Amino acid sequence: MTTIDATSPFAPPAGDPPVNYLTATRGLRSWLFTIDHKRIAVMYLVSILTAFLLGGIFALLVRTELWTPGRTIVDADRYNQFFTLHGAIMIFLVLIPGTPAALGNFVLPIMLGAKDLAFPRLNLLSYYLWVAGAVLAVVAIALGSVDTGWTFYVPYSTTTSMGGVVPILTGVLMLGFSSIFTGLNFIVTIHKLRPPGMGWFRMPLLLWSLYATAIMQILATPVLAITLLLLIVERLLQLGIFQPGLGGDPLLYQHFFWFYSHPAVYIMILPAMGVISEIVPVFSRKHIFGYDFIAMSSIAIAMFSFFVWGHHMFVSGQSTLVATIFSLLTYSVSIPSAVKVFNWLATLRGGSISLRTPMLYALAFICLFGLGGLTGLFLGALAANVHLHGTYFIVAHFHYVMMGSALVAMLGGIHYWWPKITGRLYSERWGQLAFVFVFIGFNLTFFPQFLMGTHGMPRRYYNYPPEFQLLNQMSTVGSYLLAVGFVIMAVYLLHSVFAGRPAPANPWGGATLEWRCASPPPTHNFDSPPPVGDPYDYRDLVYNPRSAGYVSAARPAP
Amino acid sequence: MNALLPNLLAQATSLPSIAPEGGSAWMPPQASGHAAEVDAVFYFIYWVSVFFFVLIVALMVYFVLRYRRRVEGELPRLHSSHSLALEVTWTIIPLILVIVMFYVGFRGFMDLANPPGQAMDIYVTGQKWLWTFKYPNGHDDTELHVPIDTPVRLILASNDVIHSFYIPAFRIKKDAVPGRYNKMWFRPTRTGEYLALCSEFCGTQHSDMRARVVVHEPGLYEKWLTDVSDPFKTHTPAEVGALLVSRRCSGCHTVDGRAHVGPTFRGIFGHEVGIKGQPSVIVDENYIRESILTPSAKIVAGFENVMPTFKGQLKDQEITAIIEYLKTLSKSPEERSP
Repeated sequence: MTTIDATSPFAPPAGDPPVNYLTATRGLRSWLFTIDHKRIAVMYLVSILTAFLLGGIFALLVRTELWTPGRTIVDADRYNQFFTLHGAIMIFLVLIPGTPAALGNFVLPIMLGAKDLAFPRLNLLSYYLWVAGAVLAVVAIALGSVDTGWTFYVPYSTTTSMGGVVPILTGVLMLGFSSIFTGLNFIVTIHKLRPPGMGWFRMPLLLWSLYATAIMQILATPVLAITLLLLIVERLLQLGIFQPGLGGDPLLYQHFFWFYSHPAVYIMILPAMGVISEIVPVFSRKHIFGYDFIAMSSIAIAMFSFFVWGHHMFVSGQSTLVATIFSLLTYSVSIPSAVKVFNWLATLRGGSISLRTPMLYALAFICLFGLGGLTGLFLGALAANVHLHGTYFIVAHFHYVMMGSALVAMLGGIHYWWPKITGRLYSERWGQLAFVFVFIGFNLTFFPQFLMGTHGMPRRYYNYPPEFQLLNQMSTVGSYLLAVGFVIMAVYLLHSVFAGRPAPANPWGGATLEWRCASPPPTHNFDSPPPVGDPYDYRDLVYNPRSAGYVSAARPAP
Repeated sequence: MNALLPNLLAQATSLPSIAPEGGSAWMPPQASGHAAEVDAVFYFIYWVSVFFFVLIVALMVYFVLRYRRRVEGELPRLHSSHSLALEVTWTIIPLILVIVMFYVGFRGFMDLANPPGQAMDIYVTGQKWLWTFKYPNGHDDTELHVPIDTPVRLILASNDVIHSFYIPAFRIKKDAVPGRYNKMWFRPTRTGEYLALCSEFCGTQHSDMRARVVVHEPGLYEKWLTDVSDPFKTHTPAEVGALLVSRRCSGCHTVDGRAHVGPTFRGIFGHEVGIKGQPSVIVDENYIRESILTPSAKIVAGFENVMPTFKGQLKDQEITAIIEYLKTLSKSPEERSP
C-alpha cells in the first residue's frame, strides 16, 4: 500500500515510501531539539501516558487499600500519600495538558492548513517545562512525599511534616507556565495562521474549544502560579498569608485556589468536548448539528467558568449571600453543556452511524458526561450540597467528569488520530474489547461511590465504617477491570506501531484538513495551502475499498 | 462500681452506625428538621436527572440501532444540520429547570443558615483527631448530647488545621476553620444515636475523627448533663480516669499493651522508659502530668512528637483521675481485683 490513494493531489509519487515527519531526520537529538509540532506532540503523548501509568498505579494502590476498613496493605500516612499523588499527577500532569498539548498540538496547525504553530520554539519550551514539573513531582516523592491532597489546603499544607510539599508546589508552578505558553501559542496561531477562506465559523469545532480553553489557560493559570508561590514563601519563611497562626486567612487560599482550579475543570473538559464534536459527525457521515450553538457554548463555558469557583466553598464559612450568588451562577454553566449534548444527539439522528473504536468512546462520553453533568446539578443546589460536600458523591461526580468524560474523550481522540499520527491501523476488534473493559470497569468503579456519598461516607477516608465494605469492594473490582482494559489498549496500540497495517490518508472519512495530508504527514504538512471547505461536509468523499479509506470524488486519485 | 460507668465505657468502644436503619434508597434516616427538606431537594433533582439521563441514553441507543451503517461508505438518511426552534427549546427547558433547582436549594439553605432565636449554643472544637463539645454549663465532653425537638446551635472552631463537622443523619455540615467561628444549627427529631464525622482531610487519623451524637428523650438530657458534669460525686478517681482515657486518649494510646500512635498505658506506671535525646525516666505522677500538659518536653523513644497539649482542657482533678487509672493498669491481676 502506498499513499497513492491520498486525497491530496500533492501526495508523493508511488514506489518509494514517502518521507514523513517521523522519518525525515533520525537520531535522539533530532527529537530532543525538534521544533516540529508533530514531534513535540508525540513526545507529549508518550510522556503524558507515562504519567498516566504512574497515576494509575497510585489509583490501584488506593483502591486496594480500601478493600477492607482499616489496614489492608499500607498504613494511613502511606495511603494519604497515595491519593495525594494520584490526584496531583492525574490533574496537573495528565488531564490539564492531555488533550490540548498532545492531540491539539498535533492536529491544530494541520487543521488550519499551516506548517506549524505560530511559535514553534515556545512550544518546545512548554514541553520542557512539563518535563521539569514531572521531574519535580518525582523529586517530591523521593524527598518524603506529600500528604496534603491535590488541593494543598492551608494550614494543613503549611504544617505537615512531609518533605515533598515545596518540590511538588514548584513542579505545579512549572506545569502552570507550560500550560500558559501552550494557550498563548494556540490563541496566536488560530488568530494569525487561519488560511484564506477559513473564517471563524468555518473552523473545526475542536479549534473553537481549544481557543476557549486557551483563554482560560492564560487568564486563570497566573492566579494559580502566584498562589502557589505565596504558599511556598509561607511554608519556607513563615510569612503570614494564609496561615491563621501567623495572621493569614485560610479561606483566602481557597478562594485563590478555586479561582484557578474551577476553570481548570473546564480546561480539562472543553478540549474533550471539541474532540467529541469531531468524532460524532465523522462517524455519522453527517454535518454536525447546530454548529453555531456548539461553538458559542464553548465560549460561554469558558466565560461562566470564571464566576463559579465559590461553589467549592459552600460549607467553608463564606457568607450566605455569596454562597447564594455562586449557586445561581453555577447553574449557568449547565446550560451550554446541555446544549452540546443535545446537538450531538441530533447529529446522530438520520446519520450513517459507524461503531468504530473512536465512536464507541464518543458515545460513552455522551453517557458518562451526561451522568457527570447531571450529578453536578445536585451539588449546585445549596441545601443538597451541604449534605454531599466532601463525600464520595463528589469523588464519583468529578471522576465521571474528569475520567469518564475528559479522559474517555482523549482515548477517543487517540484512537481517532492514531492512524494519522503513526501511519498505522490498530486492531479494531481488540480496540472494541478494551473499550468494553474500560466502560464496564469505569462504571463499576465509580457508580457505587455515588451511593457511598449520599449515605454519608466522606472522601479521603482510610478507615471506613464496615457497612460500606461491599460498595468499596465493588469499586475496587471495577478499578481492576479498568486496569485490564488499559493493558489491552497499550498492547494493541504498541503492536500496531510495529506491525499494524499502513493507514490510508483518510481512514474514517473526515473532512477536516488533517485528513487531506498523508498518514503520517510530511514535516511541513502541506506543500501549498490546501483548499478550505466546510469541515463537516462529507458529501464529496467516497469510500475506496481497495485502500480501506475515503477519497475525494471531486479530485480523484491520480 | 456505679452502673453508669460500664455503660459509658461500652459505648465509647463501639460507635453507632453511620447509616442506621430507616433511610431511603439513596439517603440515611432523617433525624433532624432539615433532613426531610434536604431529601426533598435531592429527590426532586434526582427524578429530573433520571428523566434526562434515560432520555439521552434512549435516544442515543435508538439512533445507533436505527441508523447503523451497514456497508462502509453508506450515505446518511437525513441532512438536517440546524434548527433554531430546537436549539431554543433545549436551551429554555433546562434553563427553567435549573432555576427551579437553584430556588429549592436556596430555600433549604436559608433554613440551614438561620437558627431560631432561642437555640441552645454548644461550642465544638476540632483538633487532630478529636471533637470536643463545650456545654452551656461549662462541661467539656467528647460526645454531642442534645434533647429532642430543641434547636441547637453549634459554634465551630479548630485548634490546628481545617476540619469539617458532619452529621449525615441530620444532613448538616460546616467547616471548623482555625482563626474564626463558623455556625450551624439543627433541631433533632428522632431519638437515638448517630455518628458525627470529620469530612475535611486533616491527616493520619482523619477517618477516625468521629464522635457519638445522642438525641435524648425529653428530660433525660438534663439528667445526663448533671451526671457527666461531676462524675467525681458518684465514681472513684480511677473510674473517672478510665472514662477520660477512653474518651480523650484512646485515639492514640491503648490500654492493652500494644503501641499505637503513642505508647500504651498498660504497665508503665512505676517503670522506667527511654526518652529521645534525654536520660530515661521513671513514670510517676509528675511525669504523667508533664506529658499531658507539655507533651513535647519528653518524647518516649520510638515515637513522634505529635501529641497536642491538653493544657486548659483537663482540670487538675481530672489529671489526678487519669494518674490513678494508670496506676491500676500497672498492677498485677490479683492486685487489681478488689
